[in-house]
Amino acid sequence: MIHAVFLIPLFPLVGFAVLAPLGRRLGNPLAGWIATAAVAASFVVTCIVFAGLFELAPAHRSFTQTWWNWFSADRLHVTAGALVDPLSMTMAAFVTGVSTLIHLYSIGYMEHDPQFSKFFVYLNLFVASMLLLVLGSNLVMTFLGWEGVGVCSYFLIAFWFDRPSAASAGKKAMIFNRIGDAGFLLAMFLTFERTGSLQYLTIFHRLGHVGSDSLIAIALLLFLGAAGKSAQLPLYPWLADAMEGPTPISALIHAATMVTAGVYLMVRINPILHAAPAAAHVVAIVGALTAFLGATIACAQSDIKKILAYSTISQLGYMFLAVGVGAYVAAIFLMLTHAFYKALLFLGAGSVIHAMNDEQNTKAMGGLRKLMPITAVTFLIAWFSIGGIPPFSGFWSKGEVLLNAYGYSAWLYGLGALTALLTAYYLGRCYMLTFSGQARWVEARPSGDGHQVAAAGPAGEPASSPAEQKAGQPALHPHDPGWVMTLPLVVLAVASVFGGFIDLPFHPNFIFLERWLDPVVGHSLFNGHFSVATEWTFALVDAAIALLGVAIAVTLWRSAVNRPEVEPTFLQRAWYIDWGYDRLLARSSTMLAVAISAVVESKIIDGAVNGVGSLFRNSGGVLRRAQTGYVRNYALGIMAGVVVLLAYLASRAFT
Amino acid sequence: MSIPASYYLTLSAVLFSIGGIGLLVRRNVLVMFMCVELMLNAANLAFVTFARELNDVGGQVVVFFVLVVAAAEVVVGLGIIVAIFRRRVGATADDVHVLKG
Amino acid sequence: MDHLLLAATVPDALTFAVAAAISVVGALGVVLSRNPVHSALMLILTLFGVAVLFVEQDAQFLAAVQVIVYAGAIVVLFLFVIMLLGVDRQEALRSEPMPAQRWLALGLGLLALAEVILLAKGHWPTGAHSVAGKARVAGHSNTFVLGRALFTTYLFPFEITSALLVIAVVGAAVLARRPRRPESSLDEPTPEGPAFGGESLGDGGAGRALEPGGEQATDGEPIGEVLEESEGVTVVGGPEE
Repeated sequence: MIHAVFLIPLFPLVGFAVLAPLGRRLGNPLAGWIATAAVAASFVVTCIVFAGLFELAPAHRSFTQTWWNWFSADRLHVTAGALVDPLSMTMAAFVTGVSTLIHLYSIGYMEHDPQFSKFFVYLNLFVASMLLLVLGSNLVMTFLGWEGVGVCSYFLIAFWFDRPSAASAGKKAMIFNRIGDAGFLLAMFLTFERTGSLQYLTIFHRLGHVGSDSLIAIALLLFLGAAGKSAQLPLYPWLADAMEGPTPISALIHAATMVTAGVYLMVRINPILHAAPAAAHVVAIVGALTAFLGATIACAQSDIKKILAYSTISQLGYMFLAVGVGAYVAAIFLMLTHAFYKALLFLGAGSVIHAMNDEQNTKAMGGLRKLMPITAVTFLIAWFSIGGIPPFSGFWSKGEVLLNAYGYSAWLYGLGALTALLTAYYLGRCYMLTFSGQARWVEARPSGDGHQVAAAGPAGEPASSPAEQKAGQPALHPHDPGWVMTLPLVVLAVASVFGGFIDLPFHPNFIFLERWLDPVVGHSLFNGHFSVATEWTFALVDAAIALLGVAIAVTLWRSAVNRPEVEPTFLQRAWYIDWGYDRLLARSSTMLAVAISAVVESKIIDGAVNGVGSLFRNSGGVLRRAQTGYVRNYALGIMAGVVVLLAYLASRAFT
Repeated sequence: MSIPASYYLTLSAVLFSIGGIGLLVRRNVLVMFMCVELMLNAANLAFVTFARELNDVGGQVVVFFVLVVAAAEVVVGLGIIVAIFRRRVGATADDVHVLKG
Repeated sequence: MDHLLLAATVPDALTFAVAAAISVVGALGVVLSRNPVHSALMLILTLFGVAVLFVEQDAQFLAAVQVIVYAGAIVVLFLFVIMLLGVDRQEALRSEPMPAQRWLALGLGLLALAEVILLAKGHWPTGAHSVAGKARVAGHSNTFVLGRALFTTYLFPFEITSALLVIAVVGAAVLARRPRRPESSLDEPTPEGPAFGGESLGDGGAGRALEPGGEQATDGEPIGEVLEESEGVTVVGGPEE
């Protein structure tokens, strides 16, 4: 069964190939169900392969499966194939699992969208690309998937491309990712130049022959790519804007799976990082800074999806911190649990947004707990999980990251712990504003006329045409959505609660994930062996920090709506970094372009082109007189030529 | 002893020049065509003269080909002339100057 | 040079002198006579003179071909065309569009003549022998020698001439047929200007009736079209007519 790996990306790819031409005809909701079934089939295959891998001895769990020779050029031989090992199968399992749930949720969320089938075409293509990225046995395959998810991300951020903000957000994501991709490409070139191969396992075998400078360069260039994809400093701003896409996309691509591709890549190349400690140091510092920065910005946002976006950036920073300090298992652990609770948060936010007729401002919500109990409870679970309240999953995964960070550097631990406090706080703020307190949407949206109330069901509003709804402003009757949307919420909530048990500290028998991943990362894992007492101490400290954050949030935001003293403008404006980019890069290059267009374009280039044109025009005007149109005149020209030729011959003959 | 080659060549040059001048001066297309034939004959004469002078049959072979080409040229040329002049009044080459620049 | 001429045998010298005189007179007649029919007859005179000179230089076969093909066929073709277009067409000598043309032509022609004669006396830059073989072979006639060269060394060019002749025949046939009426074909432009007058309407039916076969008609279509269009342009744009 283990050789059925090729089926994993094939199912979504077939789904894409079927839906791309036929999706519109299959219609709503059949197209959505087909897409969901494709991903679910992929999930089933993944589970079977996973089980097959589990039965093998740990030493044999890592192998390359070659499908076919993709292309060759001189020494370069690139094969299409899969690297099957515990890491890639863990990723594949969680990608397909979360994707299945989000596909299911999207059937409900997008049910009124006129581009329903197109949405699922993109989703299936995305899942296929993501699986290629995860399973790829060499850097080129990974890059193929990397670009595939990038382009799907672009399509889906700009899904409602008739909104200018969505279109420009898509472009922004594309451009930031291109910067990172340049790093990835350069890293590939350098890797091939130094090791003569792009196959992961071959590269790792030959690392001993590569100089340390080259290793640092390769690791940092790959990290540049990862930073672009995973929204780390300084390439993070696109992720906040990416929230223009449909909410399931924000959950699937921009929280759970695609943005973790950078972390995955870093873990994948852990032997390189291990051999280049300086690069790992950079990764850790950037990760910690990003985590702190994202958390601070999230504290002051009021758009529910922006809060979650900055939270994602912050959590990704944690993961990179873990990678940088050499705690690869912790990074993957956090990635898994984060996928659960962040997807849950986004899907809950989607339910709220759906119920509120596309209102995203938390300050205009409030009091939804009674009306949407399932959404509220699952959101609460996600909050406790991300905040690190024991025994929810985030407590364990974040605790492991922080513990390893402490083993590496106390400073990084301090920054991480501060971020943990902020995390518990800002999501508490988000929860309080949304689900408790006064129902502010009642007065914010006065009841419309009677016929409008009758005409508009609150959950059944077309999600794609907010302008229409804003014009009509019908009365709201928020309630929990149907089962296709609540089922994923419940499943993810269960996963968020119990997901932490896959890698418990305290006793070597409980560290399932660590032992599972040991063949991949074991030899390069940062080995901070802490005593059980230390682990207990840190667990208690973490729990105290989380509870403190929750307490602060509840105290501050139980009844208040605006507290300017804890929402400073510079945090609302995201530390003015976007503004700085705009001033420093965008404006200056725009001005440069304007200057060039005024001088180089109009004077030099146009001048040259027009000058050539007028040269020929004028000379043609003069020379056309030679064309008399009379045959005899032309013959005279020939005769003159004959005379000249004869004169030349005569001069040769007599000299 | 036979006639020296230079006599033939001079005669050839004279015929060629007469033909050339006629081509340039006359405006009747048919007469211009005949002048072209004159020039071809002058060239043929020169070829035959060289063939004799150098005792090389190649010159005569060339004349043979020139005759064939001249025949083909006359056929096509006269066809064109007929096609043009079937639908216009004038008979001179100057009447056709559509390509004036 | 006179002594050289006298050095030759008398019959040779006499033949050369007479034939040369005939040729030059004929050539001058072609250029100078006002009636094209006279020009054609004068051309025959020149051709005969040249043919005699060919015989004089041991090119008997070429002389025969010269008389048969040139005098017998080509000049007759000229006469046909002259008759077809009307003998009485005169050159409009009054209106000379290029005043300098005649004098320039005369000057250049004489200059070229002088140069050639000059060159005839000098050291020729060319003169390498070809590989065709000797022109005079003991025991073989000129026809034999020429034929052997044609069918051995020059076989390929000889075969090419057949293609040339076929092309010429087809081309002449295409050129000679009358163009079809514009309405009879879909891809021809519809008549808009005064260029397509009553002419095409008048003889279109007859033209089609005369066409020998459909394939030739389609082959020749573009040329007829082009000519008709060019006619239209000149009729519109040529004020002198």
